Amino acid sequence: MEVGKAIITDRLTKTFGGFTAVDSISFSVDKGEIFGFLGANGAGKTTAMRMLCGLSKPTSGKGVVAGFDISRQSEKVKRNIGYMSQKFSLYEDLEVWENMRLFAGIYGMGDKEIIEKTDEVLNRLGFYEEKNTLVKDLPLGWKQKLAFSTAIFHEPKIVFLDEPTGGVDPVTRRQFWELIYQAADGGITVFVTTHYMDEAEYCNKVSIMVDGRIEALDTPLRLKQQFNTSTMNGVFQQLAQTASRNE
Amino acid sequence: MVTVNNLTKRYDNVEALRGINFSANDGEIFGIIGPDGAGKTSLFRILTTLILADGGTATVNGLDVVKDYREIRNTVGYMPGKFSLYQDLTVDENLNFFATVFNTTVEDNYELVKDIYQQIEPFKKRKAEALSGGMKQKLALSCALIHKPTVLFLDEPTTGVDPVSRKEFWEMLKNLKQQGISILVSTPYMDEASLCDRIALIQSGEIMNINTPSQIIADFPDKLYAVKAANNYHLLNELKQKADVKSCYMSGEYLHVTFKTENEPTIDNIKMHVIQPTIEDCFIRLMK
Repeated sequence: MEVGKAIITDRLTKTFGGFTAVDSISFSVDKGEIFGFLGANGAGKTTAMRMLCGLSKPTSGKGVVAGFDISRQSEKVKRNIGYMSQKFSLYEDLEVWENMRLFAGIYGMGDKEIIEKTDEVLNRLGFYEEKNTLVKDLPLGWKQKLAFSTAIFHEPKIVFLDEPTGGVDPVTRRQFWELIYQAADGGITVFVTTHYMDEAEYCNKVSIMVDGRIEALDTPLRLKQQFNTSTMNGVFQQLAQTASRNE
Repeated sequence: MVTVNNLTKRYDNVEALRGINFSANDGEIFGIIGPDGAGKTSLFRILTTLILADGGTATVNGLDVVKDYREIRNTVGYMPGKFSLYQDLTVDENLNFFATVFNTTVEDNYELVKDIYQQIEPFKKRKAEALSGGMKQKLALSCALIHKPTVLFLDEPTTGVDPVSRKEFWEMLKNLKQQGISILVSTPYMDEASLCDRIALIQSGEIMNINTPSQIIADFPDKLYAVKAANNYHLLNELKQKADVKSCYMSGEYLHVTFKTENEPTIDNIKMHVIQPTIEDCFIRLMK
C-alpha cells in the first residue's frame, strides 16, 4: 500500500442484480485528512461506505482501508476503523460509561485502560457529571458528541461518520466539528458524509458522487474555481443536476 | 390563519413548549426554524389536534384546537416528520385512501396535486415502501393535499434530503402558496429560512424571535467579520483566546467574528471583511 494513504480504491464496484449502485470508483484519502464524501440521496454513498467499512463485499474492483484489503481482510478493516451515524450511535438504555465500556470492549481494549480513558475522555468533554446518565436522557447534541468520542475511543486509524450532524443546532454542530478537527490533528483520518454544504467547506478534500460515480474530487477551493462558483452548494447543485438516475 | 397563545407542553421532566406565542397569517409561508428537540413537533401535533397542550390556547382558521377539533381535521393537511403512509399500499392506493377518508375523490381535487403527483405517477403501481426518499416525500405531500386543505402543516419535510431535492421541494411550496394555501413548515436547515415569508426561531421550547427573514438579519446588532487562514481550526483557537473577541465560530470557508470594541479591530497578518449575517448567525447569537 502506498505510504501516507488511509484509503485507496481501484475501480470499486457494487451491483445489485442489474443495478450498479457504485460504478467503478477510484480515489484515495491521505492519512490525517478530513475527507467529505458528498452526493445526492441515492447516488451510492451508503453502498460505497459499507464496502469501505468491510460490511459489504465489492462485486469487482479493489479497496484498501487502513492497510487491509476490504474483500479479503474485512475483519481486520473493522478492527482498525471507527463508525458513527445519525441513525445508530449509542445504546439509549445504557449509561454513558456503559456505552464506552461496551464499544471499547468489543474493540478489544483492556479493562484498566478502558476505565482510565473513560474518565479522561469525559473530563476533556466537560461531561464527567453525566457519567452515570442514561443516554436516552441526554439532549441530541450531546448524544452526537458522545457518539463521536465513543467511535474514536479505541484510537482507530480512520473514523467513518455518516451524516453525524443532521438536525443538530448550529452551535452544537460547530462544537462537533471542533471535535473532528481535534481528532484529525491527532492523526485520525476522518471520512464524513453530510447534507450541510457549509460543512463541506470544513473538509480538506471533497468528493461528489453522481449516479454511482465520483464526478469531482478536490479541495473545496479548487472545486469552486473549477465550477466557477463561490460556494460548495453551487458546485453540488451543478453536479447533482446532471444525475439521470431516478433515485 | 393560525394563532398560538402561551402554549405549554411537558413530557415527564422535559418542558417541550414553554409558553409560545405567534400568529401566522392567511396565505403566508410561516417557518418554524430550530434544531431537533426545540419543540417543533409538539407544536405541530397540538395544532393538528393530535395531542393536547398542558396550558394556553390555539386556533386554526378561527377554530379552537380543543373544542373544534373535528372541523380542524377536515380543513388542515398534515405531513408528519416520519414517513406516515401505508408502506404496503401502492402509490395510487395511498392517494385514493386519503381522499376517501376525507370523503372526496382524487379526481375532484386532482388540479391541486397535479404538478407534484405527476412526478411520481409513472410509479403509481409501486408499493410505498419501495419508493426512494424524494418520491416518498412527494407522495406524502400529495396525500396531505388531496382533501384541499386551507392550511398545510409540514413537519421537517426536508430533513435528511439532499440540497437539490430540497430546492425542488421549496419550489413546490411556492406554487401551493400561489394557490392560496397557508403553510406552516418547520426545518432544522437555517438556509431555508429565507424562503419563508416570516419565521419564528425556536430553541428549547421558546421562541427567540419572530419576523421576516430580512428584518431578523437587519436587527443583528454587531458588525460581523469574515476571516480565514490556511488552517482555520488553529486560527479559531487563537481568536477564542483574544480579550476583544466577543464571538468566533466556523462558517463555511471562513470564521465569523464579532468584537467587543467599537474601533476598527485588527488581527495580525489576517485580512478581514465585514459581511452581512445569515439567519444562522442570528440564531447562534440568540442562543447565547
